[in-house]
Amino acid sequence: MTELTIDNLNVWFGHGRDRVDAVKGATFSVEKGESFGLVGESGSGKSTILRAITGLVSTWSGQITVAGKPLGPKRDRAFYKTVQMVFQDPYASLHPRHSVDQVLGETLYLHGLGDIDKRVSKLLDDVGLGGKFRFRYPHQLSGGQRQRVAIARALAGEPEVLLLDEPTSALDVSVQAEILNLLTDLREDRGLTYLMVSHDLAVVGHMCERLAVMKGGEIVEVMSADALRHNQATHPYSQALLQASIGG
Amino acid sequence: MSETQTLRAWLLTDAPTSRRHAKLASLYKGWLSLRSNSMAMFGLAILIILGLIAAAAPLLAPHDPFFQDLGNRLGPLGAEDHVLGTDSLGRDILSRLIYGSRITLYIVTLVALIAPIAGLLVGTVSGYAGGWIDMILMRITDIFLAFPRLVLALAFVAALGAGIENAVLAISLTAWPPYARIARAETLTIRSSDFISAIRLQGAGPLRIITKHIWPLCISSLIVRVTLDMAGIILAAAGLGFLGLGAQPPSPEWGAMISEGRRFILDYWWVATMPGLAIFTVSLAFNLLGDGLRDVLDPKDSGQ
Repeated sequence: MTELTIDNLNVWFGHGRDRVDAVKGATFSVEKGESFGLVGESGSGKSTILRAITGLVSTWSGQITVAGKPLGPKRDRAFYKTVQMVFQDPYASLHPRHSVDQVLGETLYLHGLGDIDKRVSKLLDDVGLGGKFRFRYPHQLSGGQRQRVAIARALAGEPEVLLLDEPTSALDVSVQAEILNLLTDLREDRGLTYLMVSHDLAVVGHMCERLAVMKGGEIVEVMSADALRHNQATHPYSQALLQASIGG
Repeated sequence: MSETQTLRAWLLTDAPTSRRHAKLASLYKGWLSLRSNSMAMFGLAILIILGLIAAAAPLLAPHDPFFQDLGNRLGPLGAEDHVLGTDSLGRDILSRLIYGSRITLYIVTLVALIAPIAGLLVGTVSGYAGGWIDMILMRITDIFLAFPRLVLALAFVAALGAGIENAVLAISLTAWPPYARIARAETLTIRSSDFISAIRLQGAGPLRIITKHIWPLCISSLIVRVTLDMAGIILAAAGLGFLGLGAQPPSPEWGAMISEGRRFILDYWWVATMPGLAIFTVSLAFNLLGDGLRDVLDPKDSGQ
């Protein structure tokens, strides 16, 4: 079953002469339970696709379908319960004056869930943070711990789809692996669908079953991770990206 | 000793165990960094003393501030029974200063409650909503900003009638636009940050985002600005009093006292100087405290 379909998605910023087309005619679909990667260099429009799906960018055209329902210009509560996002920079995605407890408690409250006290500790356990982190403020946490809190927040409403916007690029290499393993485990446990943006082919190759390569706002190639591993990219840009990644 | 040590350790812990504990710990850390700033502590001490003086005015004042003794008018400094001398109607200046601290605190507190809150409301709504709401609110702010402050206050007092309450109202009306500007500027940088996007993705509405997520980050810079503005507010109130549009005689408001003493300033300088020194001391105290609070509360510095 298809969980997420993007059909001929265009996203632009500004209008008139200042108009910048960030995404042009993107089309792909993600199966339920699948992990799908979007790779490309900076400014290729990967993150913009996620922002259009979540409604953080409103200037888009085309069709986005989530769990069989096409999305209009506004997102409703049901959407936020189905789709959640983990942001790139855990230093920017947590409110500096809110403790972990407040962040998770408020999220649970907004999703209309009861028994908040128990759920907060359960969420913290699920993302590998013990109870001792519960009343800390973001400045008392490391980057990896912050990202775990951000993941816990995204999971609080028990979504089906998680949009991951380069969830490890702001972290140290050793912590990156921890977070990626956590995400892999969570997907298995909860049957989540991932749409993951990254500029790191190794990360996408490790995490995803299929991936789309983007360049200049367009999807140039959709292939399986197996094909990526066996160096079977067909588009010259994907081949160049692959070469650069192996060379690096 | 060991008990205070453990209390200290409890407050400085990295892993608080409850909501209250976390709140107290962060308050205590703020207090520690404020305490290390000796100038700010000096300012805070003066203000606490001012508060105590105002509270205990009837006990501290050696005389009735309104009692006139025309036979003993314009008494010199250090005179027996009248340490700071007497004014043109023979009233004890020290007692009038002590009672005047109540009026000063009253004005400062009211203005400090009205102006920043109004500014915060206008600024954050304007900054978060954007579009035509922003346009309208900011143009209104511009109009208020374009008037010279004391002149606008004068106009209000002239229209509403002289008196302390109207002076407070007039000062507040002229004091809110800078707060609105600050709050709007802060909101504009906060609203595009990831943590606001994140809470929007949890389905939070604009009311919740503004009150629970934007206000806490704006308030610290507003508090700093308020304490730095306090001096100006006291001076504006004194200025209105000086012009005869604030507190009315025989009320011992400091600005009005200077205004009265002005007539004799060449021969009896202390009559105007003593309330002037009082205004100066309190304004300085607020400025010092404001400077220290900025170091403690500025979100850009305390982020880590």
